[in-house]
Amino acid sequence: MAKLKLPTPSEALDRVRETEVWKSIFRPGSIFRRGYRDTSRDRALATMNNVLYHLHPVKMKRHGLKLTYTFCLGGLSFFLFILLTITGIYLMFFYRPAAELGSAQAYTDMQNIRTSVFFGDLVRNLHRWGAHLMVFSVTLHMARVFYTGSYKPPREFNWVVGVLLLFLTLGLSFTGYLLPWDQLAVWAVTVGTSLAGYSPLIAKQANFLLLGGVIVGPDTLLRWYVLHVLALPFVLVIFLSVHFWRIRKDGGISGPL
Amino acid sequence: MARDDTPLDQETFDRVLAEELGKGVDRRVAEGRARAAAVRAARAKSGEAPAATPSAAAPAGDGDGATAPAAAPAPAPPAAPAAAPAAAVPAGVLAAAPIAAAPVPAGAGAATLTAPERQAPPPSGNVPEAKKGAPEKHRLLALVPPEGIQRVEREQGDRINVWPHLLIEEFVAMMIVLAALTIFSTFVNAPLRELANPNLTPNPSKAPWYFLGLQELLRYFHPMVAGVLFAPTLVLLALAVAPFVDRNPSTKPGDRKLAITLFTMLIMFGAVLTIIGSFFRGTGYNWVWPWAQGIFFEL
Repeated sequence: MAKLKLPTPSEALDRVRETEVWKSIFRPGSIFRRGYRDTSRDRALATMNNVLYHLHPVKMKRHGLKLTYTFCLGGLSFFLFILLTITGIYLMFFYRPAAELGSAQAYTDMQNIRTSVFFGDLVRNLHRWGAHLMVFSVTLHMARVFYTGSYKPPREFNWVVGVLLLFLTLGLSFTGYLLPWDQLAVWAVTVGTSLAGYSPLIAKQANFLLLGGVIVGPDTLLRWYVLHVLALPFVLVIFLSVHFWRIRKDGGISGPL
Repeated sequence: MARDDTPLDQETFDRVLAEELGKGVDRRVAEGRARAAAVRAARAKSGEAPAATPSAAAPAGDGDGATAPAAAPAPAPPAAPAAAPAAAVPAGVLAAAPIAAAPVPAGAGAATLTAPERQAPPPSGNVPEAKKGAPEKHRLLALVPPEGIQRVEREQGDRINVWPHLLIEEFVAMMIVLAALTIFSTFVNAPLRELANPNLTPNPSKAPWYFLGLQELLRYFHPMVAGVLFAPTLVLLALAVAPFVDRNPSTKPGDRKLAITLFTMLIMFGAVLTIIGSFFRGTGYNWVWPWAQGIFFEL
């Protein structure tokens, strides 16, 4: 009887990497393809033939690697946005934005997330702390960009987009703040929106539009929920795309000083 | 040598070169145009090729050398050493590599091969003759005009590959933040108070922390000033127009004392107000010392 000779793990991996399926997934130049060599050419192809090429160029200025120039703040803000999207989608499975008097489903759902949902408490904590951290990192990113003079031509417009993104980040954080529907949320939002209510002439209309009523109520919750999970992220992603695209078009990272 | 393999009409070459140089065209471009014209003239003389558009007539050979090597998994051996130094910029990889790899004197490739007074690069293979009835092939090289090559000749500067240098750095930064956030979230629970009650105002009532600077400002100014005219509108507007107001082209901190001072003042102003509103305001939004009366602040 002929003995079956099992391939070694590396042989097996090589064989898998020769399959049509594998080669259809990883484009030529990918580091996961067979035959990738650590040469200048293959390093360039690894970026160019990758979806990352939409985000990063093949080559960049050496000084851009210096941690004390960017502190990775923009990238980390984006990472936090991704993290918040993932944790947020998970939370959406267990949350209903209903707060009718006497049966505040939203609050009950929050309690369930904390006590009965699989990893619910951890995911909620990640979402909440990550959101605060994102407001912080976006602000710091703006300060970094200012101190390095990176808003100067040709990057003026991208700075304006960045200010808009900061505004949207605050909006996302603020709309999310209401969703737990506890005392902290409702009253923080009441105070916060009353600040907006001081606008001249259109004060009452602005406040009514924000709250969907004269006080923070069930309509406000639904309104802010839709803003939080759909409308604002949608707008943010559009401006984020423009922001990233302009970084490349405006010549990559700024500097050196 | 590739150059010798292609019939060149020396007369036309000299004439067009002189014409182009007379027009003030860059020498590299001029040589390219002259060479293209010379090749066409030579072809027309020998009747070998029909008079066609340069893009169709220029590439000789069966086109194998002209298929885009940038997308090939493994480059033709002669291409690799030639392409490596040119891979400085993305465009360099796209345009320079095919040209270096293709021994074909395509209308575009002229710039590297024609200069009479310049040393041509070493030969990288023979150019096969075009076969009669050979299938038409898409030739990317023919679409690159000599002017296009010019742009590749950019200063490389001190540049590094994004993969692996930047990507690894970003990955490590992400992992550190993710780890720190996960550990923090494991041990510190986000607050969840009792069910909302519109009839019971907590004391103090505070906005989320990023609006506390604004809330603090309202203690000192008329709501019209602090609420709308001053803080959000003015600050956001001032930030948005900053690049159009600050026309100082320098990015050196030493040249930007005014801008840096103003921005630092704004940031400090916001930070101090936010810290006061967060930690130094207690019951009834009155002043407290956090180390004495405790902290009235929730995230």
